[in-house]
Amino acid sequence: MVTLTIDGKAIAAEAGLTVLQAASDAGIHIPTLCSHESLSPYGACRFCMVEVSQRGRHRLVTSCTLPVAEGMDVQTRSERVLRIRRVLAELMLARCPESTVIRDLAGELGVTASRMRPLTDVVSTIVSQSGCILCGMCVRLCDDVLKIGALAFEGRGARRRVTTPFRQPSDACLTCGACSSICPTHAIEHLRIRPHAPRPIPSEFEYGMTGRKPIYIPFPQAVPRVPVIDQSTCLYFKTGGCKVCEDNCGARAIDHAQQDQIRQLQVGTAVIATGFSLFDGGQMPRYGYGRYKNVFSALEFERLCHAGGPTGGRILTREGEPPASVAILHCIGSRDENHLRYCSRVCCMYSLKFAHLVKEKTGAEVYNLYIDVRASGKGYEEFYKRVLGEDVQFIRGKAAEVTDVAESPEERGKLIVVCEDTLLGLVRRIAVDMVILSSGLRPAEGAEKVAQAFALSCSRGEFFLERHPKLAPVDTASDGIFLAGACQGPKDIPDSVAQGGAAAAAALVLMDRGRFVLEPVTAEINAELCAGCKMCIANCPYTAIRYDPEQKVSVVTVELCKGCGTCVGGCPSGAARQDNFEDVQIFAEIKGALAPA
Amino acid sequence: MAKGANNGFEPRIVGFLCRWCSYTGADLAGTSRTRYPPNLTGIRVMCSGRVDPTFVVQALADGADGVLIAGCHPGDCHYSEGNYKALRRHRMLMNLLEQLGIDRQRVRLEWVSASEGSRFAEIVTDMTEKLRALGPLHPRRPALLETAVAPGAEVHG
Repeated sequence: MVTLTIDGKAIAAEAGLTVLQAASDAGIHIPTLCSHESLSPYGACRFCMVEVSQRGRHRLVTSCTLPVAEGMDVQTRSERVLRIRRVLAELMLARCPESTVIRDLAGELGVTASRMRPLTDVVSTIVSQSGCILCGMCVRLCDDVLKIGALAFEGRGARRRVTTPFRQPSDACLTCGACSSICPTHAIEHLRIRPHAPRPIPSEFEYGMTGRKPIYIPFPQAVPRVPVIDQSTCLYFKTGGCKVCEDNCGARAIDHAQQDQIRQLQVGTAVIATGFSLFDGGQMPRYGYGRYKNVFSALEFERLCHAGGPTGGRILTREGEPPASVAILHCIGSRDENHLRYCSRVCCMYSLKFAHLVKEKTGAEVYNLYIDVRASGKGYEEFYKRVLGEDVQFIRGKAAEVTDVAESPEERGKLIVVCEDTLLGLVRRIAVDMVILSSGLRPAEGAEKVAQAFALSCSRGEFFLERHPKLAPVDTASDGIFLAGACQGPKDIPDSVAQGGAAAAAALVLMDRGRFVLEPVTAEINAELCAGCKMCIANCPYTAIRYDPEQKVSVVTVELCKGCGTCVGGCPSGAARQDNFEDVQIFAEIKGALAPA
Repeated sequence: MAKGANNGFEPRIVGFLCRWCSYTGADLAGTSRTRYPPNLTGIRVMCSGRVDPTFVVQALADGADGVLIAGCHPGDCHYSEGNYKALRRHRMLMNLLEQLGIDRQRVRLEWVSASEGSRFAEIVTDMTEKLRALGPLHPRRPALLETAVAPGAEVHG
C-alpha cells in the first residue's frame, strides 16, 4: 500500500495503480476521454492532466499514465491544471466544433468559443470524422484487444485520421460495434465500415423480433439468472481477442474457458415437466405464416404484449405502426384431422385475452374466427362474456386462408382473411393489418427421447401417459417417475401448477418414507429343480439373477427383481416361478377363460 | 373349414396381455367405450416375456381357437426387453405349430401401447373375423357341434 494525498485528502492506494484509478476509487472525479478498463493507459486526450508535487518539485502529468508513489501530493483542480484543460478544450472545439460531448466538456470548464482556427479541411473517411479527437481508442481496441485490426491511423499531424484499409468498406470488420460503443465522442458509425448490411443476432426468447448480444441473459426470469456466452457469435471464439466482458465484470465471474458439461445425477425420484411446443403455423401454408410479415404466432404476439418485450408492450405491426384491425384465428393445428386431432384447450382463452389486450391497448377492430369457444374453467365463461361486451367481433367459422391479393382498393396493402361465416351463411373477406395464429399445443421437441429414458408410455407424437386417467393422474408406469404440466396433455397454467404440486408431493412421499416397497410379483428359483443352465441370467434385464457356483444353481436377488417374469417364461426346467403369476394360476385362468359360458 | 363362418361360429380367443401396455390399452378401449367383439378373454401377465409357450399350447388344447400375445412396442418395454424375448419365443412356437398343422393366423403377437385402445379393438376385431373365416380349431369341440348340426336339431354338450 502507498499513501498519497489527492486534493488534500490522504488516500491509501495499492501499488501499481495509476493516479487516475486511485482518485476514481477514492471518489475524486478527474475528467478523461480516453481511458477504459480494457485498454492500457495511453495518455492521448491529456484531459486527465494533474499537478503533482513531489520532493519539492511541481510538474503537470497525465494521471492515467502516472503510477502512485509514496508521499505524492496531487492537485486535480489547481489553477494551472484548469488553465491547461481550458486550452485543451479550445483545441478540441477547433477540431470538432459540432461534437456535443466536446461542447459540454468545454462548457463545464467555462469555454464556449475557441480562439484557434477551426479545422475545416478534414478528409472524410469511411469512419465518420466530424467528432474524432484522435484518441485512438477504437484503433487500439480493434487491434490490441479484439485482434481484428479493421481500423488504423493514417497521415500525420493535422492530417492524421482514423480509417479503414484503402478507405474502403472492409470485410475484416466483424461488425461487433465495439469501436462505436467505446468512442468517447460517438464519432464512429460502425455500420459504415462493413460493405454489407449487418444482421443482428436474433434473440431466441423474443422470436427474433429483437437482437441480442453474444453474452446475454437468456430471458428475464431465467434460473439461474446469469448471463451465458454464445460461442458461435462471441468474438473471443472467433479471434481469440476481446474478453472486454471479463474486464467489465467487477466480480471477475466470467470464464471463457468454461466448457459445456453433461452432469450425471443420482436420484431416487423424478418429476417430468418437459412441457409442450407450439404447433408451427408454417405447416399450414395457407395462413401465410413466415410468408407475410404481419402474420404472428401466438407466442410472438405474447412477446409484443409484454411490457418487457421487443416493443415495450406496445402492439405494433412489423412496420412499427399500431394496427387498425386484427384477426385472431382460432384452432390452428388443433381439432384438425391432418394435424392435431385433439382440442389444445388453452387457445380459446388466450385468444380471448389477446382480443381484450388489443382492444385495451390499441382500440383496433378485432375479429375472432372460431369453431367453438371453449371457455370451461373457473371464471372463464365470465371472461368470455366480458370480451363479448367489448365490441370484439366473433365470427363462427375457421379461416380458410390469409392472402395479400387485394380484390378491391380497400384491401390494398392489407392481409385478407377469407372465411365462411357459418352464422351468416356467407363467405367473407376481412382486410386486417395483423393476423394472430392461435396455434395448438403438441408434445415438446425430444419428448420421445425422454419417454425412452424413463420408460414412459406414449406412442409417437403423443403426450406422456399417466398411470390412470382418474386414480393416478400424476404417476406413470415407472415407479418414482411423476408427470407435471403440459407434457402429460394440453393444460393451462392453474392446472399445470396444481399437477406440479401433486407430482412434487407424490415424489416427497417416496423420499419421506425412506423405504422401498417391493412388488408382490418377484421371481424365485427352486434350487432342487434348477439345472444350472443360466438361461434365466441371460433373460433378466436387471441382473437380478446370479449363479451360485457352490450349489450350481441360479439365485434371484429379490430386491433387484422387478417381477416381469421373463426368466419364468423361459425356464426350461420349470424351476423358476413368479409370486402371484404361478404357472398353475395361469393354467387355471386359461381353463376359466375357455369354460363354457 | 369356411363353412363355420356362415353358421354363426364364434371363435374363442385367449389373450395374454402385458400389464403395462396392452392390458392398459385394452382398459382404455373399454373406458373409451370402443366397440369390439367379445370373443377375446384377456389374461393379465406382468410382461409379454412371462408368456411361456406352454401357455399358448395349453390354451389351444383347452379349446381356444386363437391366442393373442400382446406387449409393448419394441423399445418401449417396461422391463426394457421382455417383449424381445416374447418375439423370439413366438417365432419358435410358430415353427412347432406349423408342424402340428395349426394355421399361423391363430397365434398372433402384436404390439399395443397403453394409449392405443383403438388399435387393441382393431386387432381383436380383425383376429375374430379371420378366425370366423378359418373356423374352429378343435373338431370335437361342442362349439363345432353347435354349428355343424342342422338348425333346430338337439345340441349335445
